[in-house]
Amino acid sequence: MSIGLGHYLILSAILFSIGLYGALAKRNAIVILMSIEIMLVGVSIAMVAFSRYVVPLLLTGQVFAIFVMIVAAAEAAVGLAIIISIYRNRETIDATKIDLMKW
Amino acid sequence: MALEATFWILAVVGVGAALLVVLLGNIFRAALSLIVCFLAVAGIYVTLSAGFLAAVQVLIYVGAIAVLIILAIMLTREVQRGSPFGRLKIPALIVALLCFGVVSFAMLNTPWQISAVPPLEPTTPAIAGRLFGEGGFILAVETVGVLLLAAILGAIILVREK
Repeated sequence: MSIGLGHYLILSAILFSIGLYGALAKRNAIVILMSIEIMLVGVSIAMVAFSRYVVPLLLTGQVFAIFVMIVAAAEAAVGLAIIISIYRNRETIDATKIDLMKW
Repeated sequence: MALEATFWILAVVGVGAALLVVLLGNIFRAALSLIVCFLAVAGIYVTLSAGFLAAVQVLIYVGAIAVLIILAIMLTREVQRGSPFGRLKIPALIVALLCFGVVSFAMLNTPWQISAVPPLEPTTPAIAGRLFGEGGFILAVETVGVLLLAAILGAIILVREK
């Protein structure tokens, strides 16, 4: 059976769901950030697969994947800066203990 | 035939590494398996004949983001405490499985219009044309540059010593 669009879409859905599970179930803020990166990578796979199989000459999906990468880099920089600053103030990065703004 | 074998190996390695990121108790090992996952995804891009994107994936994700994450792990000394699951372990599993079911059902039951045209082979000049050329994404490129600058300035201000 040859590899088609469906295989890549299912792979991207699996990676997205794994990232979603990690982001919801984990308590460590850095692991939550890593799970979000996995989700972004899964979405990028779907976009590159659409670009390859549906509009092979336009490359729009690849351009979108580049933008997703840039946004992921910005998000990692700001997110890790926030985590380090929280660790300096509160000596923990446990997401259940960072409840200063919890009503 | 070679493409199929490559896809299956890369897919299994990528999904396995992503599972290890979520399931491992040691954060540092989780970060290392995140790097394996990113490299496998770069290989997936090569099988989709997106060579430029694979190179950028290795440069940005493995070269920058993974290093940043490892640096943050070392700065926060959370390795001893590990990466425990919260109270939402079972509901999160249900939500993730539900999400996978809905998304894969929708994706597999949509009649995509598969094009029979072979993909562009050297993609780098074509992507440059789409990004900077006439009728391309030049406004988005410049906006993203401003976004990156703002993110870097914000990160510097957040971690600056008082």
